[in-house]
This record gives sequence, structure tokens and C-alpha cells, in this order.
Amino acid sequence: MPSEILKGLSVTFRSMFRKRNTIQYPEEKRPTSPRFHGRHLLNRYPDGLERCIGCELCAYACPADAIYVQGADNTPEARWSVGERYAAIYQINYNRCIFCGLCIEACPTRALTMTNEYELSAPTRQELVYDKPDLLAPVPADAKPPPHVDAEDGPPTIARYGPQASVSQESTEPVWALLADLPADEGRPK
Amino acid sequence: MSGTLWDVVIMLVKVVAVFAFLMVSVLLTIWLERRIVAFMQTRVGPNRVGPFGVLQTLADGIKLFFKEDVRPSNADRILYGLAPIIMMVPAFLSISVLPFGTAFGSERAQLTDLNVGLLFVLAMGSLQVYGIVLAGWASGSNYPLLGAVRSSAQMISYEIAQGLSLVGVFMTAGTLSAAGIVAAQQGDPLAGFIPRWYVIFQFPLFLVFLLSGIAETNRAPFDLPEAESELVGGYHTEYSGVKFALFFLAEYLNVITVSAVAATAFLGGPDGPAPDFLPWLWPILWFVAKVYLFVFLFIWLRATLPRLRFDRLMGFGWKVLIPVAFGWVAVTAVVLVVDFRISRQTQLIAIGVVVALLLLSLLLPSSEKEAGDRTAPGGSSP
Repeated sequence: MPSEILKGLSVTFRSMFRKRNTIQYPEEKRPTSPRFHGRHLLNRYPDGLERCIGCELCAYACPADAIYVQGADNTPEARWSVGERYAAIYQINYNRCIFCGLCIEACPTRALTMTNEYELSAPTRQELVYDKPDLLAPVPADAKPPPHVDAEDGPPTIARYGPQASVSQESTEPVWALLADLPADEGRPK
Repeated sequence: MSGTLWDVVIMLVKVVAVFAFLMVSVLLTIWLERRIVAFMQTRVGPNRVGPFGVLQTLADGIKLFFKEDVRPSNADRILYGLAPIIMMVPAFLSISVLPFGTAFGSERAQLTDLNVGLLFVLAMGSLQVYGIVLAGWASGSNYPLLGAVRSSAQMISYEIAQGLSLVGVFMTAGTLSAAGIVAAQQGDPLAGFIPRWYVIFQFPLFLVFLLSGIAETNRAPFDLPEAESELVGGYHTEYSGVKFALFFLAEYLNVITVSAVAATAFLGGPDGPAPDFLPWLWPILWFVAKVYLFVFLFIWLRATLPRLRFDRLMGFGWKVLIPVAFGWVAVTAVVLVVDFRISRQTQLIAIGVVVALLLLSLLLPSSEKEAGDRTAPGGSSP
């Protein structure tokens, strides 16, 4: 028995001189993986229109009831998204969000993706309810910020926005035939 | 004592100096414990508050002082507040009789040299049991009472072993006073360089003293009475704020006291080579170094060993340490009284070598008999 005690003592003594595996946050940070579940991002098309069509599938999918969406109609004079509707109010409550990613899986237009940002602490609960301006991706450099006017930019057609964009008024294709899979990295911020 | 004003002033200066040394030592010991245990677990420990995290204990103390002072409704009114004080004051008093150094100008670097010095230290250790028992009972709830009862049983058992281990030292030195014991360990080094410390002549008692000292202070692996996973917090469960800080302080003061007594009685206290430059400084440094050597040993044992079950703990104290201490005291008595032809030191060293060889034989791998000792159902070998 005493020999085992001495062996144990030597193990702890020798481990005093081993390299410590503590990461000194915040000076050093552990890098996150590429598909890390972080803060959400509402993406846009390259011409500036939002991808979010206000369908509320993300709010329906959320197990923690963290997303609140209220949709409104696009008019030909003021168009925010490529479909018939857009998200007028879009809030994610990070007090409730569990970062599971089910909302990302539910989004049909790949409007909602997750970034790698995890440092979201705030001193009050109110500051953790992110509104649409906090979540929207920035307008691309050479694009016009919405609202767009249909007469100037043309109505959104499949030719311009791809099969996942909502149909314009003239198309006769059934909607389900247009909901094909997009390539997985389209719309993801670089 | 002539009792002039100058003597009083010097006494006050010594009191303040010893008190300051103890407080700084406790701070340092707690920081050392957290850092060394962390290093032994390949992590870093506190390193943010102050350089290398040294002021972390201070920050914790300040936090404790600002905490709400809760008193359970079942708690005894007076004893609940008195218990931490009863535990803490003897811890401070114990160090007052130990020599920190040798000559310091015209004074000794020692607060007071009682001629019953180390007996006083043992008595102070016994008084602390009152603090623990009162804390556990006056809290008015289950776990503290259990923890206090276990702790007091453990402490009074190991006090016997501790006292016996020091009896051998007293017999060899011929005095109870700490300064006298330090002086008895001076002399020409053996074989030119080995100092005449009692760790060599009374080696088994040194081991007994260390082990019983660890048990006295409720440190791992003898810390069942206050282990969080067993009894929430033992006797200090219902305490918070300043009172808890006093318990904490008292526990680490005890660690320092036991280390200091071990350094004084077995390692010669301030004894050590001293160059001529600043002759008063080196003995103090030697004393502090020896104390911290034992503190490191305490921390090392805490980081390494699992807890002893309470019945094994008590069995170890009564059935192993006390007979060993008794036996060695008897041997010392024979050596001191009977006049053999060979010198006393040689006799003690010879018997010490025999005992050391016996101990070394325990270092051999455990036999089949130990395997059957484990209470496994079925009794098959592991």
C-alpha cells in the first residue's frame, strides 16, 4: 500500500511540470468549427433583396419558442423580398434560443443561417432580444438596399432568383415544383 | 522581566510582526494550494487577480466580508457566533511560542519562550475541538452535527498520537520549550554535513507526527468530516460571510502551525548555514523555508490521495499510530536511561535503520492476503 501511495505522489509531482491545457480566454480563444451553431443571420440575394419571405416556418420549428415573425405584403412599389410577402417583424429571443438549428433546417429559402459568433452576453434581458436590423446581413457592395420598386428592377422571376425564390404573378408553375434543393453554401456570408 | 516601557514596545512590535506574518502566510498558503493543486491537475489555477493571482485570496476574503450574515432560526444564539472565535484564537496563539530565528539584535526572534512551549501548542490544538463541536451543535441542523461529531472524534484520537510523537522529542531534548528543543538540535554535524536534527534520531516519530498532524487539521486524506460530497460542508455548513471566513482562516492557520511545529521539533527550526552578511535574516529564511516545505507536502498529499473512510481513519489512528509512537517512546526511554557502551546517537540511528527497513518492506508489492481484505462480494481476485 505505501508503495502505491508513493507512486501516486510521483504522478502528481511529475504532472506539475507538464504543459497545462488551460486556454486563457479572452486572450486566446478556441477556434470554432465551420458549421458551428452561433448567432443567426438573415441573408440577402446579391442584388440586395432579402431572402426571408415571412413564411414563419422557422418560428413553427423552434422548440423553445424563441422566434417571432410577423409578415406583411410586398407591393409593386415597395418590395423587400422576392416573394409575395416579407418579414415585417422578425425577432429572435436569445434568452430562449437553444442554438439547436432546427429553424435553419426549416427555412425554405436559406434566408436563415447561423454564424460562428458566440459571444452574446448582455447585461439586461431586453438586449438579448435581437430584432431584424440586428440579424440582417449587410447589403452587398454594389446593390441597392430594399425596398425595391418593381417598375425599375423588374419583377422577381425564376430566371433571376432561382427556383427557390417565390414566383412572380405571371408564372403558371405549381409552387412545389419550384422548391428544388439549393447548393448548400449559397447565401452564406464569407 | 524588568518591565520597562521599552520591553512593552518590543513585545507589541513582535505581536504585530507575528500577526502580520501569519495573515500573509495564510494568504500565501491558500494561493499556493490552489496553484499547486491546479498544476498537479495540468491546469492553471487563479492567475488574474494580482500578479500570478496572488491577491485572489484577498479578493475572496473581501467578498466573504460583504456576504450576508445568516443565522439559522434553530441556531443557538450565543454559541453560533462564538464557535468560529473559539476555533480561530488558539490557532493564532500556537505560533507565538515557536522561534522564528535566532538572535535579532538583543532579542530573540520569538514572541515568547514559555518553558512549556510545545505543551502549550498541543493544548491550543485541543481547545480547537471545542470550536468545532460547538459549531456543529449550535448550527441546529443534521449535517453540521454529524460532521462536528466525526471531526471531534478524529481530532481527539489523533491528538494522542501527536502528543506521543512529541514525547520522544521532549525526552531526547530534555525540555518542553521550543527554543530549548531548537538548541538541543545544534551541534557538530554528523559525518561533516548531516545536521543533528531529530528527523534522523526520531524518524518514526517524525512520520507519526506528520500523519497525525494531517489528521488533526482535517486535511485530505483525513478530511471526511468536512468533505463536500459527504456532508455538504460538515461543521461549517450553516456558516457564511465573516464567520465562515474565520473557519477557513483557522483551518489554514492550523496547517501552518503543524508545519511550523514539525519544522521546529524535527528539522531544527531556524537552524541552517548562515553567512555573515545580515546574520539575523538567514535563520528566519531557513525557518520559513522549512515551514513551506511541509505546507507543500500537505498540499501534495491533498492533490493526490483519495479520502479515508471514517472507520479506517479511526482504526489507523488508534491501531497503528499510537502503538508505533508508544513503542518508539519506550525504545527512546531505554536508550536514554541504560548506559550502553556505544553513544546514544548511534543507538538511536541503529534502531531507526531497523524500523526504516521494516517500513521499506511494506513498499514491496501487496501480497495475496491484501486482496482478500477488500469487501468484494464473491471474494474473487480483482
